[in-house]
Amino acid sequence: MTDTSALSSATHTSTTQTVPGAPVEVSAGLQQPGPYFGEYGGRFVPESLIAALDELTAAWEAAKADPAFGLELSDLHRTYTGRPSIITEVPRFAAHAGGARIILKREDLNHTGSHKINNVLGQALLTKRIGKTRVIAETGAGQHGVATATAAALFGMDCVIYMGEVDTERQALNVARMRLLGAEVVAVTSGSRTLKDAINDAMRDWVTNVETTNYIFGTVAGPHPFPAMVRDLQRIIGDEAREQVIELTGSLPSAVAACVGGGSNAMGIFTAFIDDPEVALYGYEAAGDGADTPRHAATITKGRPGVLHGARSYLLQDEDGQTVESHSISAGLDYPGVGPEHAWLADIGRANYRPITDAQAMNALRLLSRTEGIIPAIESAHALAGALELGKELGPESVILVNLSGRGDKDMTTAGTYFDLLDAGAEQQ
Amino acid sequence: MSGASSSTSPVAARISQRRDDGTGALVGYLPIGFPDLDTSIEAAVALVENGVDILELGLPYSDPVMDGPVIQAAAQQSLANGFKLRHAFDAVRAVKERVSAPVLLMTYWNPIIQFGVDSFADQLQAAGGAGLITPDLVPDEATGWLAASDRTGLDRVFLAAPSSSETRLRRTAEVSRGFVYAVSTMGITGARADVDRAARGLVGRLRDVGVDGESAFTCVGIGISTGKQVREVLGYADGAIVGSALVAALAEGGVSAVAACAAGLSEGTAPVGADDAIAAVADVAREGSVSA
Repeated sequence: MTDTSALSSATHTSTTQTVPGAPVEVSAGLQQPGPYFGEYGGRFVPESLIAALDELTAAWEAAKADPAFGLELSDLHRTYTGRPSIITEVPRFAAHAGGARIILKREDLNHTGSHKINNVLGQALLTKRIGKTRVIAETGAGQHGVATATAAALFGMDCVIYMGEVDTERQALNVARMRLLGAEVVAVTSGSRTLKDAINDAMRDWVTNVETTNYIFGTVAGPHPFPAMVRDLQRIIGDEAREQVIELTGSLPSAVAACVGGGSNAMGIFTAFIDDPEVALYGYEAAGDGADTPRHAATITKGRPGVLHGARSYLLQDEDGQTVESHSISAGLDYPGVGPEHAWLADIGRANYRPITDAQAMNALRLLSRTEGIIPAIESAHALAGALELGKELGPESVILVNLSGRGDKDMTTAGTYFDLLDAGAEQQ
Repeated sequence: MSGASSSTSPVAARISQRRDDGTGALVGYLPIGFPDLDTSIEAAVALVENGVDILELGLPYSDPVMDGPVIQAAAQQSLANGFKLRHAFDAVRAVKERVSAPVLLMTYWNPIIQFGVDSFADQLQAAGGAGLITPDLVPDEATGWLAASDRTGLDRVFLAAPSSSETRLRRTAEVSRGFVYAVSTMGITGARADVDRAARGLVGRLRDVGVDGESAFTCVGIGISTGKQVREVLGYADGAIVGSALVAALAEGGVSAVAACAAGLSEGTAPVGADDAIAAVADVAREGSVSA
């Protein structure tokens, strides 16, 4: 496996016919090039967007086949993102997981504080390549918005971030960060005023301004080519971690765990292991108050197939196909859809998806903080809570690789309130 | 077989009739259940009584990415009032009992998937509906709907955009039945001052791929809000589609206001020659925007 390119891909496939002369590889394994992942994926969008999606698909295929693009991106990751990110073994935390070995992939140490920058820098370079000067993005917790605003500042592009009004209130500091970076932040007041509505408004902007504007989508959902392109840009997480874990332990991990909202950090770490059948893959969804209550975001666990935001996938919806509002303490997982590749991996049984409640995630967040001195994002704490369960299941011989997708700085208001740390109550903790 | 037409399509028949009159069709949009189910039915009937040729009734949906603020707000209110998919059939049936104008439903695709494409088609046909306009379903993803609409004979109106390639326009023209919905401008629904430039070019490109205005039809939508704009559009297209202006009128002034709005819009469909002065004004406006 090469490490000269950020787009290294041992099993990468490309069957598109839009780039004459581009190398066409035949996949030996499970990785799919899109637009379909089994019965999921596709392009359920207004005709007005098809030309832009075709342009983006062709540009992405051409960029992927161009070594100069891969080198420019890996150079940026080395000098700007801070890649490769390290792995950290956490034995004091693992003592609460039945004695299994737990190893964290430290995406929290990236510039801007999460894995989101991996995708954004790639799409920003692509924006430059297709000659557009304005970028837009949706954001829930604000991590993807901050990463996009950062890339726009770096490349001198105009930037508009759509964020649900509810999220602008609960993530006010990230709104300030984006504005400081020079982006315009639009508080979306339609629908449920959260991430799904921010995506709707970003798509409306894109339909209207597609000639000058590229939509930097934040996760492995949406219409083709986004699920495949975002996965390709995030697979660097797993590609690095696979080699690092083998170097540390001498073998592949028993299991890989990641949180799943739209699912980009999970696809990013799963992809490198997808053709290693001995490595079990676990995605942890946000179960809010509990998957059996009305307040959760456990899309694969509790949803059923449907179309939202341009792709067919699992979806939280009522009997009429109206999208149902999701709930999670973590704004980044508070989304009623999920990427189509996850839907497919769930159906074929290659990956397992399980619910983690707000309470389980917050307990894991506090436990990692107190046993290892690492404060994770609430999103990533869902994967940590999953690893605590998984270690007890798999036993002390097992090695669990957890994607620590982001750091918890942005969550201090939520955590401070949740654990009553902001006044005298702190004494009791 | 070229679609955008069918001898069995009442929508195409109505457009053809208006073309024979020397003008084109006025297509009027309203969401079902806004401000409530009964009023939306009254308003739809009032549109036809005031010169609308073809009704486009919208199914409210939680995530309408093709719609601007006016229609979004109406859909949201309808859903909050308890709109369910089965009400669509009730509405179509109630309207068809009172007017003969063809009734198309405009719907985002997920509700139809959840209902079941085949059973939705069957129930729409039984209620007297003419077919579906599908803003987020492109022909590439429409296999199930193509089969269901062939089986039932329902119309299927797909969208064409200024950015669509010639290959895509050709495919859209082939599979559409009733008419092709030409999106006048890049953007979402809502009134605009200038709808002419991109629309005229798109209709010309659709003519080139066989939507000739005699056996197959193009209706232009998005941004049209006045009788003058309707007349302008009918100078080069087979129909003009109006939505947000009607919804705004209904929201502000109820059924009487939406009736007056429809009457004003339908002045734009008066056959050329009946009002030479207006036609001349429209011609001047058209020249102006072409050179702009």
